[in-house]
Amino acid sequence: MRQGDGGLAARLVSARARKYGFIFSFLAIPLILYVVFVISPYAQAFYISLTNWRGISANPQFIGFENFTRLLDDDVFWAAVRHHGLLLLAMPLITIAIALFFSFLLNLGGGSRGGRMTGVRGSRFYRVVYFFPQVLAVAVVGVLFQAIYRPDQTGVLNGLLKWVGVNPVGWLINTDLALWSIMGVVVWQSVGFYVVLFSAGMSAIPSDVFEAAALDGAGRFRLFFSITLPLIWDTIQVGWVYLGIAAFDCFALVQVLSVDRGGPDNATTVLPLEIWRTAFTFSKFGYASAMGVALFFLTITFAALSLRVTRRERIEL
Amino acid sequence: MMATQTDAVRVAKASHAASRRRQKNPTGVFGALSHIALIVWTILVVGPILWTFLASFKTNPEIVGDAPLALPDNFSWASWGRAWEKAHIGRYMLNTVFVVGVSTLFTMLFGSMAAYVLARYRFFGNRAIYYLFVSGLSFPVFLALVPLFFVVRNLGLIDTHIGVILVYIAYSLPFTVFFLTAFFKTLPNSVAEAAMMDGASHTRTFFQIMVPMARPGLISITIFNILGQWNQYLLPIVLLSGSVEDKWLITQGIANINTTAGYEADWPGLFAALSMAIIPMLIVYIIFQRQIQSGLTAGAVK
Repeated sequence: MRQGDGGLAARLVSARARKYGFIFSFLAIPLILYVVFVISPYAQAFYISLTNWRGISANPQFIGFENFTRLLDDDVFWAAVRHHGLLLLAMPLITIAIALFFSFLLNLGGGSRGGRMTGVRGSRFYRVVYFFPQVLAVAVVGVLFQAIYRPDQTGVLNGLLKWVGVNPVGWLINTDLALWSIMGVVVWQSVGFYVVLFSAGMSAIPSDVFEAAALDGAGRFRLFFSITLPLIWDTIQVGWVYLGIAAFDCFALVQVLSVDRGGPDNATTVLPLEIWRTAFTFSKFGYASAMGVALFFLTITFAALSLRVTRRERIEL
Repeated sequence: MMATQTDAVRVAKASHAASRRRQKNPTGVFGALSHIALIVWTILVVGPILWTFLASFKTNPEIVGDAPLALPDNFSWASWGRAWEKAHIGRYMLNTVFVVGVSTLFTMLFGSMAAYVLARYRFFGNRAIYYLFVSGLSFPVFLALVPLFFVVRNLGLIDTHIGVILVYIAYSLPFTVFFLTAFFKTLPNSVAEAAMMDGASHTRTFFQIMVPMARPGLISITIFNILGQWNQYLLPIVLLSGSVEDKWLITQGIANINTTAGYEADWPGLFAALSMAIIPMLIVYIIFQRQIQSGLTAGAVK
């Protein structure tokens, strides 16, 4: 009896040892990789931003908040922040409006058939086509749109304009227009994604609701604004946060597509581009990290604010 | 809300016939306009891509000439050969297949191992490690850029594919772990318990029981990671920034195609290179269209 107890205890101990051995063996490699390449760089960035590090040999010197006070006087930095502000206001609004319009047509635009709301004919085809740009690399899209936006008549857009008798437009070389042209590419690429996202939200609405509303005489506009919109508000909010975070990126597109990488005359520059350039072209690693910290706080502030502002009572069905 | 809704439903059901009569006509002006809008956007999406394919068969004067939208006079594959050989698109493509293949494989292996342990074992520090992984989702990668470059350089891995692979794995882990932890939690306990009763080890239970059960989730995230890593641009240009053009990845090669030697004037070659980058994605998309859409929008749950 006693011996049996001892055996059981020993077995339990070895089972525990096996369990912890297993947990350790499964977690060790992913955790080491993650800490070395992700966590430690993030942590170091905050320290480097307080130094005047120019890389390679010299030891970084601690200079407190000097990099940040210099940022406040840096015109290029403020230009980049203004561009993020514009992207943040316009890009989600345009993308979500277009995507909502199309997903409404594709899911509910066909009226009701046999008691179920249907989309317009061919809605599956449209959804497949619209989503495709999303799987293309941004760098590839950037090079493609270089050809489309070319300022003379050899550009595709200007070729079309000439056809209808309009003079060529400097899509990327006009300082007032360049950022909007780049934003147009982002919208072009992302509308399909949000059409699919919103479609999922709309197909989750019970068709009873639409039928009842239609019976009460609601037209398509009422169906859209009073029924569909409030019921997929959650999904729209997710899309808004997504696009907002994307508005703080735009690195690849601006780097590949814009004139002089962020030009003309800094008219399209964004913070990620300045971080990359400051670090890897000018070797000002401390200053670049300070911009990184600024970008981090801008992103976090946006995420926190948008979650507060867009939160509203959820409609339960 | 609830009360009016059920009332309305009752009314709706009572006069189903009436409703059917009234909604029988979904077309009209609205229908016509909506079809036009849908077709216009289809042209906007398909047009540029189709134009790229066509331009790759044209000659230089045909592209730069007065009629950039005209069809090519005769279809010539010469530019495709030039892009593959002279612009090294073939080389970049193979590099990318290698890097993305290896790193996705190990992302999935390490990600699912970590997620499985975090989802199904109780131990000290479990929550802390989970939140450490998930916190990686909220940081912009640009914040880490400078130190990351030096971490990789100090390990002697800068300008190597191994360095890129390790960084890809590390930066794919947060979302992979986050998604798969939730997924492993939804799987039933009973099968794994039965296997353990029969004497299977923890490791064996994972690979032979749990991984097959988690297949739908694993497939979604694999697709998500392949696309994300294939399209990555920032990390290659930072980590393969030395004079190692033979190690470049496809996005890097395409973006720099204007600057590679002797390429300034070869527009058809440029468009052939672009087509080569687009076509594999098009094929993969057509085959896995449904999984890709759900895989990518799964990201929206976060």
